[in-house]
Amino acid sequence: MAMFITRRVGQTLVTLLLLTLMIFTLARLTGDPTPLVMPSEATDADRAFFRQEYGLDRPLPEQYFLFLGNVLHGNLGISFRFREPALGLVLQALGPTMQLAGIAMVVAIVIGMPLGILAAVSPVGRLAIFVRGYASLGQAMPSFWVALMLIMLFAITLRLFPSSGYGSVANFVLPSVTLGFYASASIALLTRANMAEALRSDFVQMERVLGIPWRRIVLKHALRNAAVPIVTYLGLQFGLLLSGAIVTERVFAWPGIGQLVVDAILNRDFPVVQASVLVTAVLFMAINLAVDLIYAVLDPRIRT
Amino acid sequence: MTRLPAVSVTICVLLVIAALFGWALEPFTPDAADFAAVLVPPFGLEGGLAQHLLGTDQLGRDMLSRLIAGTHISLMTAGAAVAVAGTIGVVLGLIGGYLGGLVEAATMRLTDAFLALPFILMALAIVAALGPGIGNIILVMILTNWARYARLVRSEVLSIKQRDFVLLARVAGVRPLVIALRHVLPNALTSILALAVLDVGRAIVLESSLSFLGLGIQPPDVSWGLILAEGRTYMSVAWWLTVWPGLLIVLAVISFNTVGERLRGHFDPRSAL
Repeated sequence: MAMFITRRVGQTLVTLLLLTLMIFTLARLTGDPTPLVMPSEATDADRAFFRQEYGLDRPLPEQYFLFLGNVLHGNLGISFRFREPALGLVLQALGPTMQLAGIAMVVAIVIGMPLGILAAVSPVGRLAIFVRGYASLGQAMPSFWVALMLIMLFAITLRLFPSSGYGSVANFVLPSVTLGFYASASIALLTRANMAEALRSDFVQMERVLGIPWRRIVLKHALRNAAVPIVTYLGLQFGLLLSGAIVTERVFAWPGIGQLVVDAILNRDFPVVQASVLVTAVLFMAINLAVDLIYAVLDPRIRT
Repeated sequence: MTRLPAVSVTICVLLVIAALFGWALEPFTPDAADFAAVLVPPFGLEGGLAQHLLGTDQLGRDMLSRLIAGTHISLMTAGAAVAVAGTIGVVLGLIGGYLGGLVEAATMRLTDAFLALPFILMALAIVAALGPGIGNIILVMILTNWARYARLVRSEVLSIKQRDFVLLARVAGVRPLVIALRHVLPNALTSILALAVLDVGRAIVLESSLSFLGLGIQPPDVSWGLILAEGRTYMSVAWWLTVWPGLLIVLAVISFNTVGERLRGHFDPRSAL
């Protein structure tokens, strides 16, 4: 067990290091930020001072370690556009993104799990075919298109929900359905597969012979057995939802990380891009790590 | 051999033909504006015109012609990315799996690290640094896709390496490179192909998402995602600008995914559940 934890944590650290190296390389590829930061009336001496201050005149490996040190101290640079620490901007935007991803997750579970369970117990398999169709549709429809079609139907034609904005409960409906729909498709598929396997197992057959009511077998015993991989998968899905929110936020003008990062790219505000990518990626990896460790505690078979 | 889904295969083939030879079928030049025929609805609706079957956009450009031109760029971008990513991944996987030891450990750690990164964020970071455009989009897709091939090929190599015919070839003194190319690679080919076909679907979605955000294909080039992005402003008056390209994306992705999954199911019946 200790071995597994060490290896898994080590792996995450390697990934993190690679991530910082990549971001550093990309930051250098964007070129010298001096002209973007300094006012146009700055003298050459001012520019030289700036370069020296930020270590831009040092050799690249040294700059990388400087960068790494800054990252470890939570110093991710100053936004060129807002003249504020980039990390603060990102943390501010994190709230709305987490809210959206959280509610989308609820939507996905409420739709996906019952669908999967019903498909697994459906005797003729008609529901199973429906779930397969639903899932392949869910995986093939790009979220921005789902968003536009929902806006066209519910905001423009029926005028039921606002097409964009943030603040009221009604604002949550379309974005969370958009995001949740995508996740619900794969949750339904996974639930179906795991439930079907649990229902085929010997103990379920035995319980049927013993005359335990079918509904009780399905909802209590089989579901409990199928739950571990499903719950694990939900954790991974949440990480995916966080990054999936980027496109959805853009369509609905949601003041989250997605909106922040796309605006930053369009305005060449690299410190903000860098901070957003770092924070979201770290969050994503932390969730994956936590899920893996919990899974290892619950299911001893995978501790290899 | 498993039977392939006929409908999906047909759609994929038609799309590829449209991507390669579509320019010959375009009724109009895709970027020719015609201000006498702006926002014409599709043929059959009130105000629709027979020469603009799927309607026109805000500049009077023919939707059908633009969609065909978009097919060219969307599919070519995806195809080029998958081909290069696949080649890099296959080569690294073969080397890693075959040589073993330190080389394998290094390539596999790198692969794991790449697979653990959220790819849309990587894509955004790369576009932020290099700027949008077809070449950079292809680069993004290569960087985010190669690792899956490396992992797949390595596991194939590891299992095939132990089979009798490979051991015999080794005993007979056949050189490792020849064994890898002649015996190991052909055995892994179907699963690589399955992954590649699935990746085309993924690449189409990624490209259209980036183009939709304004970070992908730039005008005057056309892609499905870009047509959607441009049509968004006119959504309340002209549904056809966003519905057609979206339907095309969904149709293309479902078809490529179905074919890819069937190919993979042929290898690993469990995954076809």
